[in-house]
Amino acid sequence: MAFFNFHKNTFKHGIHPPESKDETNGLPIKQFPFPPVIILPMAQHIGAPSQIIVREGQEVHRGQLLAKAGGYVSVPIHAPVSGTIRKIANVPTILGKMSTGIFLEAFPFSTQEVLEGNPINPDTSTPEEILQGIQDAGIVGLGGAAFPTHVKLKVPEGKKCETLIINGIECEPYLTTDHRVMLEQENDIFTGIKYLLKATGTQRVIIGIEANKRDAANHLKKHIPKDLPVSVRVLPVKYPQGAEKMLVTAILGKEIPSGKLPIEVGVVVVNVATTAEIGRLLPHGQGIQERVITIAGPGVKKKGNYTIPIGTPLRFVLEQVGVDEEISEVYMGGPMMGVAVSNLDISIVKGTSGILVFTKKDVSRTPKTYPCIKCGACVDACPILLNPSKLGILAKFEAYNEMASDFNLMDCFECGSCTYVCPSHIPLVQYFRLAKRIVRKREAEKKEKVDA
Amino acid sequence: MLKKTLDISSSPHIVKGRSTEDIMKNVVWALLPVVFFSIYSFGLNALFVIFTATFTSVLTEHFLCNLSKKETTVNDYSAVITGLLLGLSLPPSFPLWMAFVGGIIGIALGKYIFGGLGYNVFNPALVARAVLQAAFPVAITTWHPAFLANRFSTISGSIYTWPFMEPQYDAVSGATPLSAFKFDGITTSTAELAFGQISGSTGETCAIIIALGGIYLIARNMMSWRIPVAVLLSAFLLSGVLYLFNSELYPSPVFMLLSGGLMLGAVYMATDMVSSPITPLGLWIYGGIIGILTIVIRIWGGLSEGVMYSILLANAISPHIDSVIKNRVYGTKRKVKAV
Repeated sequence: MAFFNFHKNTFKHGIHPPESKDETNGLPIKQFPFPPVIILPMAQHIGAPSQIIVREGQEVHRGQLLAKAGGYVSVPIHAPVSGTIRKIANVPTILGKMSTGIFLEAFPFSTQEVLEGNPINPDTSTPEEILQGIQDAGIVGLGGAAFPTHVKLKVPEGKKCETLIINGIECEPYLTTDHRVMLEQENDIFTGIKYLLKATGTQRVIIGIEANKRDAANHLKKHIPKDLPVSVRVLPVKYPQGAEKMLVTAILGKEIPSGKLPIEVGVVVVNVATTAEIGRLLPHGQGIQERVITIAGPGVKKKGNYTIPIGTPLRFVLEQVGVDEEISEVYMGGPMMGVAVSNLDISIVKGTSGILVFTKKDVSRTPKTYPCIKCGACVDACPILLNPSKLGILAKFEAYNEMASDFNLMDCFECGSCTYVCPSHIPLVQYFRLAKRIVRKREAEKKEKVDA
Repeated sequence: MLKKTLDISSSPHIVKGRSTEDIMKNVVWALLPVVFFSIYSFGLNALFVIFTATFTSVLTEHFLCNLSKKETTVNDYSAVITGLLLGLSLPPSFPLWMAFVGGIIGIALGKYIFGGLGYNVFNPALVARAVLQAAFPVAITTWHPAFLANRFSTISGSIYTWPFMEPQYDAVSGATPLSAFKFDGITTSTAELAFGQISGSTGETCAIIIALGGIYLIARNMMSWRIPVAVLLSAFLLSGVLYLFNSELYPSPVFMLLSGGLMLGAVYMATDMVSSPITPLGLWIYGGIIGILTIVIRIWGGLSEGVMYSILLANAISPHIDSVIKNRVYGTKRKVKAV
């Protein structure tokens, strides 16, 4: 309630969209079948694309390295399945750009055992060895951002990480992967935390979970190993609590300064599924081959949480689960921040947390927009406390520089709360996304001129 | 085989579903009890005045949309609200042709020349009323008594006045509580004010029904609670201080809140979203300005009522409030930026 908001255990503003999690949060994670052909784009994380080290026609084993990291902010890619490299060619990615990709044809009768690598022991390894191990395992943020985890965990010189926050918020409607991972993979999570503590040199861990996943919170609480300094914090349900900034504020009451990372206030935030993946892979020195994905939405027949090999074509996934004839929109990720894909020939990547299928009649968005009536609903929703109404008006006048310099445009992280509440149905986030790109481009051009 | 092409859109892919039209519609619903009470207490006169103002407003909006070859915007209900509010702020025996002129002015000058819904600087209904007040100062301050026995059978002669003719008033009387106090020093009891046993503009007489409509809209989250609270609180405080200072000279704060158009203005006119600020602090300042100005005009001004001019003045400053008062953005220290 707006009247009594004491900001305790939460952040300011935010919204309460329907959670829509009931259909899948009770369904245990199931293994998905291997597709006949796996398509692996090399640009599936933030940073430099991976560099292919295999050739066409080569036979590879599941877990074998296919591409090495393209730099420090990059990760390698491993074979999700044993098979033959059929082709190396351009493939479409989620955002519409083309990327170099590998077409890997699975052996139909292989046992699909995973290749073992160099195990890393959390007790005897140095932080550097662990970070290297995390990079070698090809791990990126599985919450959706797909930012290389080893970069995030690297505490810069002069900074100290006091608190490690494990993000089990999963505030996006429909998605239940983190929920299921917390219920089913507690051992992997705690092993992963051991690696993370060593890598960041932290003494304290808080697992943040929203109140709609109390069963997961209780389950984790029950299984906390005696030797780990872990506590579980249950937070009131509110979107976008899963955003790093909001989560740090909700748990610690601190604000991360504009344009800075959580380490500025002594915090590192890691997604819970990423933590579980670290705990599962590093003891065996393996690379990531699959991930848990929620398949849901009104247009899906067999909804659920599935472990799906990375590189599985979207078309194959949807054929397996069965979709409504009238399928009109497919989102990769949640409905608030996910991307609507334009075709089914793209494949699952490391950052895919959900696949949502909507039919025409389920899409609540209407094309009719009204002028901004300055009702202030967006101002009351924006978790960064921006004025989306004013920004939207400026965007219409293409006053992009003013948006950035006077109205903190660049602090917007596109959570979509303003567009969600807008009674005039103004596509504010779309304006801001465009404006941010243009501002960044102009800044880059300016820099180029100065350098030249 | 799955269909190959899909629709794409920018996130978020779900929306709350409440539209601007829904908000406007609810304001109309909340105004209807006020309209009904108005007709109940002033009879056919009020019905005719309110109907004329509303009908003209909607017609003007439709006509102007046609003229500029745009799709008509009458179905967003904002013109209905403007018309209703104008009708409710006019005296019951107001000549209809003047109400007709007011309806046209409200939409055309108050709203349309600024660019239509969302762009108006002032509350359109008040722009119309201000013009009418300037053009017809006598007609707009000639009040009509409430609860006349024949109010459902006869219509005042002044209503039918031909354009540009002197209106003939048959039932002369009915000073409003404010003018009675200001010019004759007569006070009205609180109960009479609260339950609308008084004369005044068609819609301003029953404070309780107006307040209930406001509570409905606030409960449905379709109106900022800060504006009416700020307006009423500041008016109450200032008149309260004056009353404590000299209770002979100044009326009681309760009388100030319930009399005249303060309640109607605070709940339905000051809360026009388009012409009010957007940040919480801005809303408090805006409401405070209206409340204080109203009391200042009522007590020291030449007019007995000051709500209309206070709101119009506050509307004019509202964009400036917004450019000075901004929320402190997350992770920054800056609170106020110089204009």
